Amino acid sequence: MTAPQEGRAHNRDTPAYRASRGAENRDKPAYRAEVAEVAEVAVKMPLADRESFLAKAFLLPSILYIVALVGIPFFMAIAFSFSDITAGDPSFDWAGLRNYRAIFADETFWRSLTNTLIFTLVSMVLVVVLGKVLANILVADFRGKWLVRFAVLLPWTTPVALSTISWLWLLDSVFSPIDWVLRKIGYLGPGENVYWLGKPHLAMASVIAVHVWRLVPLAAVIVMAGLVAIPRDIEDAARVDGAGFWRRMFGITVPLTLPVIAVAGLFGAILTFTDMTVVYVLTRGGPTNSTQVLASWAFFKGIQGGDVAQGAAIALFLFPLLLAAAVAILSSVRRMETL
Amino acid sequence: MADVVEVRDLRKLFDGGKGGKGGKVRAIDGVDLATEPGEYLALLGPSGCGKTTLLRTIAGLEQPDSGDVLIGGHVVTGLPPRARKIAMVFQSYALYPHKTVLKNITFPLKAARLPAQMQRERVRWASELLGIEHLLQRRPRQLSGGERQRVALARALVREPRVFLLDEPLSNLDAKLRATARDELKRFQQRVGTTTVYVTHDQAEAMGLGDRIAVMQNGRLRQLGPPVEVYDDPADTFVATFIGSPPMNLVARGAHLVGFRPEHLLPIENVTTADRATMPFHIERVEYLSGDRHVYGTVKGIGEQTRVIARLPSTIDTPIASDEIHDFAVRADRLRFFDADTGERTTPVPLAPP
Repeated sequence: MTAPQEGRAHNRDTPAYRASRGAENRDKPAYRAEVAEVAEVAVKMPLADRESFLAKAFLLPSILYIVALVGIPFFMAIAFSFSDITAGDPSFDWAGLRNYRAIFADETFWRSLTNTLIFTLVSMVLVVVLGKVLANILVADFRGKWLVRFAVLLPWTTPVALSTISWLWLLDSVFSPIDWVLRKIGYLGPGENVYWLGKPHLAMASVIAVHVWRLVPLAAVIVMAGLVAIPRDIEDAARVDGAGFWRRMFGITVPLTLPVIAVAGLFGAILTFTDMTVVYVLTRGGPTNSTQVLASWAFFKGIQGGDVAQGAAIALFLFPLLLAAAVAILSSVRRMETL
Repeated sequence: MADVVEVRDLRKLFDGGKGGKGGKVRAIDGVDLATEPGEYLALLGPSGCGKTTLLRTIAGLEQPDSGDVLIGGHVVTGLPPRARKIAMVFQSYALYPHKTVLKNITFPLKAARLPAQMQRERVRWASELLGIEHLLQRRPRQLSGGERQRVALARALVREPRVFLLDEPLSNLDAKLRATARDELKRFQQRVGTTTVYVTHDQAEAMGLGDRIAVMQNGRLRQLGPPVEVYDDPADTFVATFIGSPPMNLVARGAHLVGFRPEHLLPIENVTTADRATMPFHIERVEYLSGDRHVYGTVKGIGEQTRVIARLPSTIDTPIASDEIHDFAVRADRLRFFDADTGERTTPVPLAPP
């Protein structure tokens, strides 16, 4: 084999390289053979081994996906909110701030905004607290734990529409089994009903309860992952150091899982803030908009009511909070990395 | 007055192991052990011998299946760790990563609900004793291995526990630091005077630190005694070969094993006593290690032909070369005898001259 003359082999002939190899070795046959081999490998480097190519190839599908399904609709929504597009007249005409003035003047919009914040805040507090409790149950070691784990995860695995419909029956104004139980234990008189979805505050409480029931398993699994990641020695050290259950929980476990709990909470907040399934199936925003949230109001206004422009303007109010939540998630993930 | 730790007929089973489903591993298989007051007791054994499980059972982190743990004369079996007034240093140090060094050390005092003034005094005392005052505001991840170990010791110390339990506290340090840390640990314990149980798999640590050594194997206590006794008079072949580097030579002779330490197998001209066991040594290889010569080869004469190792100190300059046969000898009072089947120590048997 002769010394290489072409391709990448030229790099090997630079003075720096020669110096680093020791120039006196240059003419030895072994050295020549080695250089030739290196050069050949470089030429034959397959496509699948080039990181610069692979990185782009792997990123492309997700970028296309995000642009097509998130980016374009988002900018379309912004554009729509400044137009007069309706379902009947899809031509784009500039309308300035008219849609915003209209929704600000609409009492239902403010009602929906308040409801959304209450719905999200209360749900999240409950989801995080119950998620932590459930996570403790999930990591505990006891007889029949597989059955409990299965039952805990069931709400998350059931399709939303299906499970919410069974809640619809559970909360039915006349045939509610919950009411039946309450009548049997004497809390309600014969023929009396609670009307879970018929009274404003009860309806909101019911919507929150069903939503929490759906989200808690997800939060529990996320928090459980955080609990499992705490080294056993640290828990043991706290026990030897004389800390009881509550001190271990609030002095050690909770601070160490805080970033994970934050992620669970923020994911939950996003899923709650943008959710309209539970509201739609249970109450359709009623009674008298007392459970109306931004997502459902935008849907009713823009899709069912046909006023696409106003629907888009309403939906855009979801954006600032989602942005804040996304920033918070990313920064807490970064904190976890440095811990 | 320092407290005594005692375990009585302690047994602990774990699930799994041989025998498929429902099989049990005997992690601790009937151990009786008691420390002296203020003693430094080293628990020594190979990995999986049950020494860490024994320590965790004393701490109350594991519950025994039978038997009792006594601290200061009181049965503490079934009590949670916090009721036992013990302190433990873990192999990983187990510092709380989200707390500063100061808060790490204060944690046990807070748990004990000590008045704030007393907390400050204790923390100052412990951090001065271990020389970590300048680290108090740092977090564990900003500390070196040696500093972490001191913080873990300080955290164990502040509560003035009745017993220290140390689980391989030196194994995460590099070799150089380990020697100094070992020395410090010993001086520290002598100063504090608290009864200490120290788990290690490193015989040099056990020999160097322990007032007495408890050698464990397969969940059983093999021998308990001061370092000299464990080394010179091993109770069985396991202790004989586990302790000492290189280990004791064992030569089969009928129903017995004849044992002798490598440093007692010397060229015959260096063994001047009349009562000695002589054996021709076929030398295969000589290693020169830190002043000593380690001689590998086979001996005949006192039993079956066996590969043995001799360690000649630098004070012996008899010329030795490989591939020659030289007569070596061991002083008769340095020979140890074991039962070939059980491995237990037996009384000396006369060695007929070859």
